[in-house]
Amino acid sequence: MKIINFLSSVAMPMVILLIVMYGVKEKNKVFDTFLDGAKEGIKTTLSILPTLIGLFLAIGALRSSGVLELIIKIARPVLDILNFPSELMPLAILRPISGSGSIAVATDIMKNCGVDSLIGNIASTIMGSTETTLYTIAVYASCIKIKKTRYILIAALAADIAGIIASTIICQMIS
Amino acid sequence: MLNIVWPIFIIISFSFAIFSGNLENLNNSIFESTNSAISLSIDLLGTMCLWSGIMQIASKTSLVENLTRFLEPLLNFLFPKLKENKKIKKEISMNMIANILGLGNAATPLGLKAMKSMQEENEKKDTLSDSMMMFIVINTASIQIIPTTVIAIRSSLGSENPTSIVFPTWIATIIAAVVGVFVARIVIKLTKGEKHG
Repeated sequence: MKIINFLSSVAMPMVILLIVMYGVKEKNKVFDTFLDGAKEGIKTTLSILPTLIGLFLAIGALRSSGVLELIIKIARPVLDILNFPSELMPLAILRPISGSGSIAVATDIMKNCGVDSLIGNIASTIMGSTETTLYTIAVYASCIKIKKTRYILIAALAADIAGIIASTIICQMIS
Repeated sequence: MLNIVWPIFIIISFSFAIFSGNLENLNNSIFESTNSAISLSIDLLGTMCLWSGIMQIASKTSLVENLTRFLEPLLNFLFPKLKENKKIKKEISMNMIANILGLGNAATPLGLKAMKSMQEENEKKDTLSDSMMMFIVINTASIQIIPTTVIAIRSSLGSENPTSIVFPTWIATIIAAVVGVFVARIVIKLTKGEKHG
Protein backbone atom coordinates (compact mmCIF):
# COMPACT_ATOMS: atom_id res chain seq x y z
CA MET A 1 0.00 0.00 0.00
CA LYS A 2 2.87 2.35 0.86
CA ILE A 3 4.51 1.88 -2.50
CA ILE A 4 1.23 2.66 -4.30
CA ASN A 5 0.87 5.88 -2.37
CA PHE A 6 4.48 6.73 -3.05
CA LEU A 7 4.13 6.14 -6.80
CA SER A 8 0.94 8.20 -6.87
CA SER A 9 2.50 11.14 -5.09
CA VAL A 10 5.90 11.06 -6.81
CA ALA A 11 4.49 11.04 -10.38
CA MET A 12 3.62 14.72 -10.69
CA PRO A 13 6.79 16.17 -9.11
CA MET A 14 8.92 13.81 -11.21
CA VAL A 15 7.28 14.82 -14.48
CA ILE A 16 7.59 18.54 -13.69
CA LEU A 17 11.23 18.12 -12.63
CA LEU A 18 12.09 16.14 -15.76
CA ILE A 19 10.46 18.66 -18.07
CA VAL A 20 12.02 21.73 -16.45
CA MET A 21 15.47 20.08 -16.49
CA TYR A 22 15.00 19.13 -20.12
CA GLY A 23 14.09 22.70 -20.97
CA VAL A 24 17.16 24.04 -19.16
CA LYS A 25 19.40 21.47 -20.84
CA GLU A 26 18.23 22.58 -24.28
CA LYS A 27 18.80 26.21 -23.29
CA ASN A 28 15.19 27.32 -23.68
CA LYS A 29 13.77 30.41 -22.02
CA VAL A 30 11.98 28.15 -19.62
CA PHE A 31 10.02 30.71 -17.63
CA ASP A 32 8.82 32.68 -20.67
CA THR A 33 7.65 29.44 -22.24
CA PHE A 34 5.90 28.53 -19.01
CA LEU A 35 4.02 31.86 -19.05
CA ASP A 36 2.92 31.37 -22.66
CA GLY A 37 1.47 27.99 -21.76
CA ALA A 38 -0.15 29.23 -18.58
CA LYS A 39 -1.91 32.01 -20.51
CA GLU A 40 -3.31 29.36 -22.85
CA GLY A 41 -4.50 27.54 -19.71
CA ILE A 42 -6.62 30.54 -18.70
CA LYS A 43 -8.30 30.56 -22.10
CA THR A 44 -8.99 26.83 -22.07
CA THR A 45 -10.47 26.88 -18.59
CA LEU A 46 -12.62 29.96 -19.09
CA SER A 47 -13.86 28.67 -22.44
CA ILE A 48 -15.47 25.67 -20.73
CA LEU A 49 -17.26 27.85 -18.14
CA PRO A 50 -20.46 28.35 -20.19
CA THR A 51 -20.58 24.62 -20.89
CA LEU A 52 -20.17 23.86 -17.21
CA ILE A 53 -22.96 26.26 -16.22
CA GLY A 54 -25.34 24.63 -18.67
CA LEU A 55 -24.42 21.13 -17.59
CA PHE A 56 -24.42 21.83 -13.87
CA LEU A 57 -27.92 23.23 -14.34
CA ALA A 58 -29.12 20.08 -16.09
CA ILE A 59 -27.41 17.64 -13.73
CA GLY A 60 -28.33 19.60 -10.62
CA ALA A 61 -31.95 19.57 -11.78
CA LEU A 62 -31.84 15.84 -12.42
CA ARG A 63 -30.67 15.31 -8.85
CA SER A 64 -32.84 17.85 -7.02
CA SER A 65 -36.03 16.91 -8.86
CA GLY A 66 -35.67 13.30 -7.75
CA VAL A 67 -35.35 11.91 -11.29
CA LEU A 68 -31.80 10.73 -10.74
CA GLU A 69 -32.79 8.97 -7.53
CA LEU A 70 -35.64 7.26 -9.37
CA ILE A 71 -33.38 6.08 -12.20
CA ILE A 72 -30.78 4.80 -9.74
CA LYS A 73 -33.48 2.99 -7.78
CA ILE A 74 -34.74 1.27 -10.92
CA ALA A 75 -31.26 0.28 -12.07
CA ARG A 76 -30.03 -0.78 -8.63
CA PRO A 77 -31.10 -4.48 -8.68
CA VAL A 78 -29.24 -5.06 -11.97
CA LEU A 79 -26.17 -3.08 -10.88
CA ASP A 80 -26.08 -4.88 -7.53
CA ILE A 81 -25.75 -8.20 -9.33
CA LEU A 82 -22.76 -6.75 -11.19
CA ASN A 83 -21.45 -5.34 -7.91
CA PHE A 84 -21.29 -1.88 -9.51
CA PRO A 85 -22.13 1.14 -7.31
CA SER A 86 -25.35 2.62 -8.72
CA GLU A 87 -24.28 6.19 -7.90
CA LEU A 88 -21.70 5.88 -10.69
CA MET A 89 -24.11 4.78 -13.40
CA PRO A 90 -24.76 8.31 -14.78
CA LEU A 91 -21.01 8.84 -15.14
CA ALA A 92 -20.49 5.50 -16.86
CA ILE A 93 -23.19 6.35 -19.41
CA LEU A 94 -22.12 9.93 -20.09
CA ARG A 95 -18.34 9.40 -20.11
CA PRO A 96 -17.93 8.18 -23.72
CA ILE A 97 -20.43 10.77 -25.04
CA SER A 98 -19.39 14.12 -23.61
CA GLY A 99 -16.14 15.34 -22.08
CA SER A 100 -17.48 18.40 -20.28
CA GLY A 101 -20.69 16.53 -19.42
CA SER A 102 -18.73 13.84 -17.64
CA ILE A 103 -16.65 16.46 -15.80
CA ALA A 104 -19.90 17.94 -14.49
CA VAL A 105 -21.33 14.55 -13.48
CA ALA A 106 -18.08 13.38 -11.87
CA THR A 107 -17.82 16.61 -9.87
CA ASP A 108 -21.44 16.23 -8.79
CA ILE A 109 -20.80 12.64 -7.63
CA MET A 110 -17.59 13.55 -5.79
CA LYS A 111 -19.33 16.43 -4.07
CA ASN A 112 -22.34 14.34 -2.98
CA CYS A 113 -20.55 11.15 -1.96
CA GLY A 114 -17.36 12.74 -0.66
CA VAL A 115 -14.28 13.32 -2.79
CA ASP A 116 -12.13 10.92 -0.74
CA SER A 117 -14.85 8.28 -0.34
CA LEU A 118 -14.71 5.00 -2.25
CA ILE A 119 -17.29 6.27 -4.76
CA GLY A 120 -15.37 9.53 -5.15
CA ASN A 121 -12.15 7.65 -5.83
CA ILE A 122 -13.81 5.37 -8.37
CA ALA A 123 -15.35 8.35 -10.15
CA SER A 124 -11.91 10.01 -10.29
CA THR A 125 -10.25 6.87 -11.61
CA ILE A 126 -12.92 6.44 -14.29
CA MET A 127 -12.39 10.04 -15.40
CA GLY A 128 -8.63 9.55 -15.58
CA SER A 129 -8.60 6.24 -17.38
CA THR A 130 -11.18 6.72 -20.12
CA GLU A 131 -11.74 9.13 -23.00
CA THR A 132 -14.60 10.86 -24.77
CA THR A 133 -14.67 7.93 -27.17
CA LEU A 134 -17.37 9.12 -29.58
CA TYR A 135 -15.73 12.51 -30.02
CA THR A 136 -12.29 11.01 -30.66
CA ILE A 137 -13.63 8.61 -33.29
CA ALA A 138 -15.60 11.39 -34.97
CA VAL A 139 -12.61 13.76 -35.15
CA TYR A 140 -10.17 11.19 -36.47
CA ALA A 141 -12.54 9.58 -38.96
CA SER A 142 -13.98 12.82 -40.34
CA CYS A 143 -10.61 14.55 -40.90
CA ILE A 144 -9.85 12.12 -43.74
CA LYS A 145 -13.49 11.74 -44.85
CA ILE A 146 -13.89 8.14 -43.74
CA LYS A 147 -17.47 6.90 -43.93
CA LYS A 148 -17.15 3.22 -43.05
CA THR A 149 -15.73 2.77 -39.59
CA ARG A 150 -15.84 -1.06 -39.48
CA TYR A 151 -17.41 -1.30 -36.01
CA ILE A 152 -14.47 0.51 -34.41
CA LEU A 153 -17.02 1.76 -31.85
CA ILE A 154 -17.33 -1.74 -30.40
CA ALA A 155 -13.60 -1.99 -29.71
CA ALA A 156 -13.44 1.54 -28.29
CA LEU A 157 -16.47 1.04 -26.06
CA ALA A 158 -15.07 -2.31 -24.88
CA ALA A 159 -11.98 -0.39 -23.76
CA ASP A 160 -14.17 2.11 -21.89
CA ILE A 161 -16.18 -0.59 -20.17
CA ALA A 162 -12.99 -2.42 -19.20
CA GLY A 163 -11.60 0.85 -17.80
CA ILE A 164 -14.75 1.48 -15.78
CA ILE A 165 -14.84 -2.05 -14.35
CA ALA A 166 -11.12 -2.01 -13.62
CA SER A 167 -11.43 1.37 -11.85
CA THR A 168 -14.18 -0.02 -9.62
CA ILE A 169 -12.28 -3.16 -8.70
CA ILE A 170 -8.92 -1.48 -8.11
CA CYS A 171 -10.37 1.23 -5.88
CA GLN A 172 -12.31 -1.37 -3.87
CA MET A 173 -9.11 -3.37 -3.47
CA ILE A 174 -6.92 -0.56 -2.19
CA SER A 175 -9.49 1.17 0.00
CA MET B 1 -24.72 15.23 -28.87
CA LEU B 2 -25.43 17.66 -26.04
CA ASN B 3 -28.01 19.31 -28.26
CA ILE B 4 -30.05 16.17 -27.73
CA VAL B 5 -29.05 15.15 -24.21
CA TRP B 6 -29.24 18.58 -22.56
CA PRO B 7 -32.87 19.44 -23.42
CA ILE B 8 -33.93 15.91 -22.47
CA PHE B 9 -32.37 16.33 -19.02
CA ILE B 10 -33.99 19.74 -18.55
CA ILE B 11 -37.44 18.76 -19.78
CA ILE B 12 -37.62 15.53 -17.80
CA SER B 13 -36.32 16.90 -14.52
CA PHE B 14 -38.16 20.24 -14.61
CA SER B 15 -41.51 18.66 -15.44
CA PHE B 16 -40.95 15.89 -12.90
CA ALA B 17 -40.24 18.51 -10.22
CA ILE B 18 -43.34 20.53 -11.12
CA PHE B 19 -45.61 17.48 -11.04
CA SER B 20 -44.17 16.06 -7.85
CA GLY B 21 -44.20 19.45 -6.12
CA ASN B 22 -40.47 19.34 -5.57
CA LEU B 23 -40.06 22.97 -6.59
CA GLU B 24 -38.13 24.32 -3.64
CA ASN B 25 -35.29 21.86 -4.20
CA LEU B 26 -35.28 22.60 -7.90
CA ASN B 27 -35.13 26.35 -7.40
CA ASN B 28 -32.27 25.99 -4.97
CA SER B 29 -30.36 23.80 -7.37
CA ILE B 30 -30.85 26.22 -10.27
CA PHE B 31 -29.05 28.96 -8.38
CA GLU B 32 -26.52 26.60 -6.93
CA SER B 33 -25.58 25.25 -10.36
CA THR B 34 -24.28 28.58 -11.64
CA ASN B 35 -22.36 29.12 -8.42
CA SER B 36 -20.75 25.70 -8.47
CA ALA B 37 -19.81 26.03 -12.15
CA ILE B 38 -18.07 29.32 -11.44
CA SER B 39 -16.31 28.14 -8.31
CA LEU B 40 -15.15 24.97 -10.06
CA SER B 41 -13.77 27.01 -12.96
CA ILE B 42 -11.92 29.33 -10.61
CA ASP B 43 -10.49 26.39 -8.68
CA LEU B 44 -9.52 24.63 -11.89
CA LEU B 45 -7.86 27.76 -13.22
CA GLY B 46 -4.75 27.46 -11.05
CA THR B 47 -3.95 23.82 -11.77
CA MET B 48 -4.79 24.12 -15.46
CA CYS B 49 -2.54 27.17 -15.90
CA LEU B 50 0.30 25.50 -14.04
CA TRP B 51 -0.03 22.37 -16.10
CA SER B 52 -0.42 24.09 -19.46
CA GLY B 53 2.73 26.06 -18.63
CA ILE B 54 4.75 22.96 -17.80
CA MET B 55 3.48 21.22 -20.91
CA GLN B 56 4.38 24.22 -23.04
CA ILE B 57 7.98 23.83 -21.83
CA ALA B 58 7.85 20.14 -22.74
CA SER B 59 6.53 20.78 -26.22
CA LYS B 60 9.34 23.25 -26.96
CA THR B 61 11.99 20.60 -26.23
CA SER B 62 12.90 17.42 -28.06
CA LEU B 63 11.58 15.36 -25.13
CA VAL B 64 8.66 13.92 -27.09
CA GLU B 65 10.91 13.01 -30.01
CA ASN B 66 13.46 11.36 -27.75
CA LEU B 67 10.88 9.27 -25.96
CA THR B 68 9.44 7.86 -29.18
CA ARG B 69 12.22 5.28 -29.54
CA PHE B 70 10.99 3.46 -26.44
CA LEU B 71 7.74 2.77 -28.27
CA GLU B 72 9.36 1.08 -31.28
CA PRO B 73 8.82 -2.57 -30.14
CA LEU B 74 5.23 -1.80 -29.10
CA LEU B 75 4.49 -0.13 -32.44
CA ASN B 76 5.80 -3.10 -34.42
CA PHE B 77 3.47 -5.32 -32.42
CA LEU B 78 0.40 -3.07 -32.79
CA PHE B 79 0.96 -2.02 -36.40
CA PRO B 80 2.52 -5.01 -38.17
CA LYS B 81 1.66 -3.53 -41.59
CA LEU B 82 3.60 -0.34 -40.92
CA LYS B 83 6.83 -2.09 -39.96
CA GLU B 84 8.76 -0.61 -42.88
CA ASN B 85 7.05 2.77 -42.85
CA LYS B 86 9.27 4.89 -40.62
CA LYS B 87 7.44 8.17 -41.30
CA ILE B 88 4.00 7.01 -40.18
CA LYS B 89 5.44 5.17 -37.19
CA LYS B 90 7.17 8.36 -36.11
CA GLU B 91 3.92 10.34 -36.33
CA ILE B 92 2.01 7.69 -34.42
CA SER B 93 4.58 7.52 -31.66
CA MET B 94 4.75 11.33 -31.36
CA ASN B 95 0.97 11.32 -30.86
CA MET B 96 1.17 8.54 -28.28
CA ILE B 97 3.95 10.20 -26.28
CA ALA B 98 2.09 13.53 -26.35
CA ASN B 99 -1.01 11.76 -25.02
CA ILE B 100 0.95 9.96 -22.32
CA LEU B 101 2.49 13.22 -21.15
CA GLY B 102 -0.94 14.86 -21.16
CA LEU B 103 -0.11 17.27 -24.01
CA GLY B 104 -3.69 17.14 -25.26
CA ASN B 105 -3.31 20.23 -27.44
CA ALA B 106 -0.27 18.80 -29.19
CA ALA B 107 -1.56 15.25 -29.43
CA THR B 108 -4.59 15.89 -31.62
CA PRO B 109 -2.79 17.67 -34.51
CA LEU B 110 -0.09 14.97 -34.43
CA GLY B 111 -2.78 12.32 -34.51
CA LEU B 112 -4.56 13.94 -37.44
CA LYS B 113 -1.25 14.05 -39.30
CA ALA B 114 -0.76 10.34 -38.68
CA MET B 115 -4.31 9.66 -39.93
CA LYS B 116 -3.61 11.60 -43.14
CA SER B 117 -0.40 9.67 -43.77
CA MET B 118 -2.19 6.39 -43.18
CA GLN B 119 -4.90 7.49 -45.59
CA GLU B 120 -2.26 7.78 -48.35
CA GLU B 121 -1.49 4.08 -47.89
CA ASN B 122 -5.15 3.14 -47.54
CA GLU B 123 -6.57 1.17 -50.46
CA LYS B 124 -10.21 1.98 -49.76
CA LYS B 125 -10.42 5.69 -49.09
CA ASP B 126 -13.87 5.67 -47.48
CA THR B 127 -13.09 2.86 -45.02
CA LEU B 128 -10.81 2.73 -41.97
CA SER B 129 -7.70 0.65 -42.55
CA ASP B 130 -6.45 -1.89 -40.00
CA SER B 131 -3.73 0.46 -38.79
CA MET B 132 -6.18 3.36 -38.46
CA MET B 133 -8.51 1.24 -36.34
CA MET B 134 -5.72 0.27 -33.99
CA PHE B 135 -4.57 3.88 -33.82
CA ILE B 136 -8.02 5.22 -32.93
CA VAL B 137 -8.56 2.57 -30.26
CA ILE B 138 -5.26 3.48 -28.62
CA ASN B 139 -6.27 7.13 -28.68
CA THR B 140 -9.63 6.44 -27.07
CA ALA B 141 -7.99 4.40 -24.30
CA SER B 142 -6.24 7.63 -23.16
CA ILE B 143 -3.02 6.42 -21.61
CA GLN B 144 -1.85 9.29 -19.42
CA ILE B 145 0.81 9.58 -16.70
CA ILE B 146 -0.82 12.48 -14.86
CA PRO B 147 -4.63 12.78 -15.01
CA THR B 148 -4.43 16.55 -14.53
CA THR B 149 -8.09 17.50 -14.85
CA VAL B 150 -9.18 14.96 -12.25
CA ILE B 151 -6.46 16.04 -9.85
CA ALA B 152 -7.57 19.65 -10.30
CA ILE B 153 -11.21 18.76 -9.59
CA ARG B 154 -10.24 16.73 -6.55
CA SER B 155 -8.15 19.48 -5.06
CA SER B 156 -10.90 22.03 -5.75
CA LEU B 157 -13.30 19.86 -3.72
CA GLY B 158 -10.89 19.81 -0.80
CA SER B 159 -9.52 16.28 -1.16
CA GLU B 160 -6.97 15.30 1.48
CA ASN B 161 -4.87 13.60 -1.17
CA PRO B 162 -5.76 14.72 -4.70
CA THR B 163 -3.07 12.60 -6.36
CA SER B 164 -4.01 9.36 -4.58
CA ILE B 165 -5.84 8.13 -7.68
CA VAL B 166 -2.80 8.32 -9.97
CA PHE B 167 -1.67 4.73 -9.52
CA PRO B 168 -5.18 3.20 -9.77
CA THR B 169 -5.63 5.28 -12.93
CA TRP B 170 -2.52 3.78 -14.52
CA ILE B 171 -3.70 0.24 -13.88
CA ALA B 172 -7.24 0.96 -15.13
CA THR B 173 -5.90 2.69 -18.25
CA ILE B 174 -3.57 -0.16 -19.10
CA ILE B 175 -6.38 -2.69 -18.67
CA ALA B 176 -8.65 -0.54 -20.87
CA ALA B 177 -5.96 -0.28 -23.55
CA VAL B 178 -5.22 -4.01 -23.55
CA VAL B 179 -8.91 -4.90 -23.83
CA GLY B 180 -9.36 -2.26 -26.56
CA VAL B 181 -6.44 -3.62 -28.60
CA PHE B 182 -7.63 -7.19 -28.14
CA VAL B 183 -11.20 -6.42 -29.25
CA ALA B 184 -9.91 -4.26 -32.11
CA ARG B 185 -7.87 -7.22 -33.40
CA ILE B 186 -10.99 -9.38 -33.38
CA VAL B 187 -13.07 -6.69 -35.09
CA ILE B 188 -10.36 -6.19 -37.70
CA LYS B 189 -10.34 -9.92 -38.45
CA LEU B 190 -14.12 -10.21 -38.60
CA THR B 191 -14.60 -7.21 -40.90
CA LYS B 192 -11.92 -8.30 -43.31
CA GLY B 193 -14.32 -8.62 -46.26
CA GLU B 194 -11.98 -6.97 -48.73
CA LYS B 195 -8.43 -5.77 -48.49
CA HIS B 196 -7.74 -2.90 -46.12
CA GLY B 197 -4.44 -1.02 -46.15
